[in-house]
Amino acid sequence: MPPLDTAIPLDDDRSLDTVHKAIIFEDVSISFEDAPVLNGVSFELRRGETKIIFGVAGSGKSTILKLCLGLLKPDSGHIYVLGHDITKMTEEELFDLRNKVGIVFQESALFDSLNVRDNVAFRLMEEHLPEAEVEKRVRESLSFVELEDAIEKFPAELSGGMRRRVGIARAIITQPEVLLYDSPTGGLDPITSTTIIELIMKQRDVYKTSALMVTHRLQDGFTLAGHTFDPATKHMKSSDGMPSLDVRTSFMILRDGKAVFDGNAHDLGKVEDPYIKEYIS
Amino acid sequence: MELTSPFDFVKRSVLAVQEYTYLSFRAVTNTLRKPFYMADTIQQADLIGVGSLPIVMLTGMFTGIVLALNTSKTLEQFGSLSLTGQLVSFSMVRELGPVLTSLMVAGRNASGMASELGSMKVTEQIDAMRALGTDPYKKLVTPRVLSTVFMMFFLTIISDLVGLAGGWIISSSMLGLDSYQYWNSAYQVLKYNDVITGLVKPLVFGFIIATVGCYYGMNTKGGTQGVGRATTQAVVASSVLILAVDAVLTQLFITMR
Repeated sequence: MPPLDTAIPLDDDRSLDTVHKAIIFEDVSISFEDAPVLNGVSFELRRGETKIIFGVAGSGKSTILKLCLGLLKPDSGHIYVLGHDITKMTEEELFDLRNKVGIVFQESALFDSLNVRDNVAFRLMEEHLPEAEVEKRVRESLSFVELEDAIEKFPAELSGGMRRRVGIARAIITQPEVLLYDSPTGGLDPITSTTIIELIMKQRDVYKTSALMVTHRLQDGFTLAGHTFDPATKHMKSSDGMPSLDVRTSFMILRDGKAVFDGNAHDLGKVEDPYIKEYIS
Repeated sequence: MELTSPFDFVKRSVLAVQEYTYLSFRAVTNTLRKPFYMADTIQQADLIGVGSLPIVMLTGMFTGIVLALNTSKTLEQFGSLSLTGQLVSFSMVRELGPVLTSLMVAGRNASGMASELGSMKVTEQIDAMRALGTDPYKKLVTPRVLSTVFMMFFLTIISDLVGLAGGWIISSSMLGLDSYQYWNSAYQVLKYNDVITGLVKPLVFGFIIATVGCYYGMNTKGGTQGVGRATTQAVVASSVLILAVDAVLTQLFITMR
């Protein structure tokens, strides 16, 4: 993997600010079987920022997350993750970078032949860390998602919400610099969804991790923008209905493969575009 | 049913060959690169080798029995019943042992690999593995290829021996042949080239079984229906490929005699 510079020079005499930007998409396009999914999408994710990506089914939300990890290669454009142009990196080089990026998959994607402990510890065991260290960090991660009691269970024995929480525990065990959430509340009941959003908020406010969250549930995005995690009560607290100023939560809306909105909650409230107004109404 | 244009068919076929070649290449080159998944390889060797032992022994036994029964009828007409051991030995070691063992292992394990990896693929577990910084080709494909090639070698030897024992049971109990005569003729007929042929084939067939099974598993699309399709295709493709490669190898070894 090439060394990380604070600024990456580009071909056209510009340079990329990799100190303050965790992810940069530059004019990214991708098609599946000649059907364009993303068509010239550009956006930036600042360090410590949580960007919520909205869009109807098939608008390319999950594709953006897979592109961020190099699981898919774009047809054109550049993607910079933590200062590295991942479109130019080989799969071998990407494995190192992926250790700094965690992802929570839509259906959790837990390894069904491994128990919760081994699922959460997977990355650490691959690095051959000492057993005691692995055990300690697994318990810390599971404690973060309040699932210590399920350590010996297999994924098939867990509810949908529990699987999602194990997915979060697995993603955060290496304290990644960027977290990607793919519809973390999809298919869950309202109470479990709130628990998951609270965990995402906790990760955002306690560890200041940069995050991209894909969802089609508007209320999840607005809850994240309008609340902060209170370590004293271990629950979220309202920012009096106003987007919190100390946590940077922004929104992006995708339509027909293009980003039709990219801004904060305040900007979103003032937008005049009929499609966006209908989408958020 | 949607008709496919010949151009699309050729394009897809070439792409499939390219992807299969890439998977095979990665499977081989990964054996030289760290990390080495020794525990996974041993686990697969147990599943593939020890797990296939009963079915391979049964196949070998019945093949030897049938060979002895069939050939004895013809040999009896020429007064050459004593050559039964030679025929069973020659057929088992050169041809039927490697091919039938491979076909049985393909039916059992190529399908198992395709369905296991296919299920992982459609539930995003393969993507999750890549996202967690682990190369699925190293972790999943290489241990399966190594253990199948390694175990096929020994499974074929066992199958040959059990087949010869099956022929001996028929020869001594039904044909009235002397045991020493059977085993001696069975041993004497085998030349160095025959043994090499019988031991190289299973290595190649083992590679085919594992790479084809893993290829269909890693390229599964279309949910649970896709997993079923991948499983069937893995068995059909590996079986056909084994028989086709067997024809080529047989000719190759004959010319080397």
